[in-house]
Amino acid sequence: MAVILEFEKPIADLEMKISEMESLSDNVDISPELEGLKKKLEQMREEIYSNLTPWQKVQLARHPDRPRSLDYIERMAVGFVELHGDRLFGDDHAIVGGFGKIEHKEFMIISQQKGKDTKSHVYRNFGMPNPEGYRKALRLMNMAAKFGRPILTLIDTPGAYPGIGAEERGQAEAIARNLLVMSRLPVPIICVIIGEGASGGALGIGVGDRLLMMENTWYSVIAPESCSSILWRSWEFKEKAASALKLTADDLMKFDVIDGIIKEPVGGANRDYVLAAKNVKEAVMKELETLEQMPVQEMLNARIEKYSKMGRWGEMK
Amino acid sequence: MNWFQRTKDRISEGTEKKELPNVWTKCDNCGEILYKKDLEKNLYVCLKCSYHFRVFAKTYLQIILDPKTFKPIDKNMIAVDPLEFTDTKKYSDRIKTTVSKTGLKDAVHTGYGKIHGRPIAIAVMDFGFIGGSMGSVVGEKISRIADGALEHKLPFIIVSASGGARMMEGALSLMQMAKTSAKLALLHEAGLPFISLLTDPTTGGVTASFAMLGDVILAEPGALIGFAGPRVVKEATGKDLPEGFQRAEFLLEHGFVDLIVNRKELKDTLSRLLVFFEKNTDTNFDINQINSN
Ligand SMILES: [Zn+2]
Repeated sequence: MAVILEFEKPIADLEMKISEMESLSDNVDISPELEGLKKKLEQMREEIYSNLTPWQKVQLARHPDRPRSLDYIERMAVGFVELHGDRLFGDDHAIVGGFGKIEHKEFMIISQQKGKDTKSHVYRNFGMPNPEGYRKALRLMNMAAKFGRPILTLIDTPGAYPGIGAEERGQAEAIARNLLVMSRLPVPIICVIIGEGASGGALGIGVGDRLLMMENTWYSVIAPESCSSILWRSWEFKEKAASALKLTADDLMKFDVIDGIIKEPVGGANRDYVLAAKNVKEAVMKELETLEQMPVQEMLNARIEKYSKMGRWGEMK
Repeated sequence: MNWFQRTKDRISEGTEKKELPNVWTKCDNCGEILYKKDLEKNLYVCLKCSYHFRVFAKTYLQIILDPKTFKPIDKNMIAVDPLEFTDTKKYSDRIKTTVSKTGLKDAVHTGYGKIHGRPIAIAVMDFGFIGGSMGSVVGEKISRIADGALEHKLPFIIVSASGGARMMEGALSLMQMAKTSAKLALLHEAGLPFISLLTDPTTGGVTASFAMLGDVILAEPGALIGFAGPRVVKEATGKDLPEGFQRAEFLLEHGFVDLIVNRKELKDTLSRLLVFFEKNTDTNFDINQINSN
């Protein structure tokens, strides 16, 4: 049974009504009425999903049925070989890494992986990486550079894990190191936010030539709930915080933080894994084609240039 | 990101003046009553227990640089509230109030100066400006002085004091982490030294970017240094935090800080490092060429 979010209830109710009528329609001819309802359903979907508030997008980004990074990898890549461990401390299950062939191109794929049920949530630490996750990612990205393969990262994290061990093992240093190295690796780096893009935890695998966001995802410096708790001193203002943070793909296009938006199936990626993965794959391959036409030095200069421009500031007269 | 948290255990050069309108002040660590003039002369290090009081960015510039050598750049850069952010008050108002209250334009001073006659590029953060948080202005100013260090082949020093990335600029603040780290990558490729000094407190997005990327990372005794703030860690794990958790000594023990330096030895230590690192730098660069702006 699919999970229905609060704002999706009218759609679910209508869907239920239609399917009830369809089961009866063998006996009575109600097709004109049924057609009308189906049309209404389509309009309602269009109306609701094209006018989502930032908070509703956050909810879709966190939808329990939303495809996880491995669902994309499974549908996008062939011959995926997962590689484990950071060679320093351990293997972090919140970050998956390995190589796979997408269409005709070999990629190093690094992703953040959330679970789907209690057991896998715990196994994946709810998608919250520890330092060894970032260091595994770094090791594999350096490997990609050595062998001249492009890098694809799939971002989906509620944040880097704020644990005691994570602090002891240098969470901040691990993320910082990735930012520095990713800004200069001499292979194309394409990053896609497929769910949640929470702060430094997301950025730790999110620096590259292109950053794309799926339609119903969020990316910001802090989660709306935490922002609410700090600035409003209450958890109650998460919806306001979600709007204030300008965390949607549309907002971030305007601020030149991202390079493109990937369309999702109507109702969200959770409604159609195949179509969602197809859209991501097409967008990634299109970007790769452009990047591969650039001489490496030019690509690296453009990467620095892109980050140099980030932000908005003024001069006091 | 915990810069609204009241840190009662650390009093600062800034606030204690108002609370104790006389010539004496009390050390919050050992309780010793200190004559303010003596404390100032001792660089705000307790004469009895060596507790390091928080000090302004300007004070660090005085401690570190040769007198009258500081050439600030981008002095008038200010935040523009790109998100039109409002919480309990407007970010634009928060900026105005903070500017008039602190006399600062944002949370970092950047420019050029000399340490025992050697030219350097430097950025010093001030925790007093919205918790030393990094928004577009802090990121851009640090990037520009890093560009300057690269252009003039100078060693680069950052003194950090920050609660992290500034929430009111959303993802744009986050991007400053990537931007400043990318600039440091360029310095690294050019063989130019970057020395990071961590002061109390250095947390969040600042720690997770330039602050942790020094060729050498120095810390002041007792400074709080971490990714997540201690309160967040405690809430997330439900565990009691170990003794001395996230203090400079804890980081030294875990291998994330090269050296803990008493403020009174800071300048000489920096000077010593600069000698070791001088190979690719231009030690004769004349900082008077710089147009202070
Ligand atoms: Zn004392």
